[in-house]
Amino acid sequence: MSFLRDTRLVLALAVGILLIPLFMPSLKTAEFAGADGEAEGVIAELAPDYQPWAEAWWEPPSGEIESLLFALQAGLGAGVLGYVLGLRRGQAQGSGRARDE
Amino acid sequence: MHIMEGYLPPLHAAAWAAAAAPFVIVGAVKVVRTVREHPESRLLLAASGAFTFVLSALKMPSVTGSCSHPTGAGLGTVLFGPSVMTFMCSIVLLFQALLLAHGGLTTLGANIFSMGIAGPWVGWLVWRSLRGIGASLELSVFAAAALADLATYCVTALQLSLAFPDPVSGVAGAAGKFLGVFAVTQVPLAIVEGLLTVAIMNRLSRYNVGELRQLAVIR
Repeated sequence: MSFLRDTRLVLALAVGILLIPLFMPSLKTAEFAGADGEAEGVIAELAPDYQPWAEAWWEPPSGEIESLLFALQAGLGAGVLGYVLGLRRGQAQGSGRARDE
Repeated sequence: MHIMEGYLPPLHAAAWAAAAAPFVIVGAVKVVRTVREHPESRLLLAASGAFTFVLSALKMPSVTGSCSHPTGAGLGTVLFGPSVMTFMCSIVLLFQALLLAHGGLTTLGANIFSMGIAGPWVGWLVWRSLRGIGASLELSVFAAAALADLATYCVTALQLSLAFPDPVSGVAGAAGKFLGVFAVTQVPLAIVEGLLTVAIMNRLSRYNVGELRQLAVIR
């Protein structure tokens, strides 16, 4: 499994796997809705009388606002991750240079 | 895997919250102790939390024609152990419940149990076993992250089937249906999560050798 050591190959593979469903002929009409919502459908089928007994105290008013918040979550995480990786790389290079001098 | 607000009967919601609470407390103590004893590990701790933040925000397409998201819990599990990730996942789930109406406060305990406890502990077992039999770092990280992801969704499916058993075929019948929605969709996404975790780990192990050795990831 040494191909796992090649980061670029690993990332390309991940992207490839995610592209497959989008171009599968059998999924041409698929909606790609959330699995959480589908589970809601199964609940409605198994327990048609079930009434949720609590509601979210606030809901994003539109799909756009929801996307905004999800993008914000991913952006915050990616920012921190990039900061840590970049800082470490810089420190490693800096200490390498210090040794050379 | 997010069970929506109000979608678990009160008794189930309370039971899962009670089951998750001790793990969250132990996790919080562990995080505080890790930071105190190894202040230099704070950056990796932040990176682990950030990775979960990113991955659990990304809903990805799957071969079932529906979308779901990875959990990102594998990285921190491998680096810091399952308890630390329980705490991290709790923060992410709370954030999503309060600001995104994704998941909920009444279902927080159940969602923490699947994403923050079941996933990390399965990942930890896989990680320790594979490293124990001499598997490579990359392969062990890949398997731990992928199986932690998959385990999370299987537990969600089981939680829902316990709450909503099939009138005819019971809990087992309901489990079949919920696993059909969650577990099957998750298989390719779990593989993707495994790959992404390996990619990050490759980068981390290049520039953080000292800390990783201290955390006993690299022997």
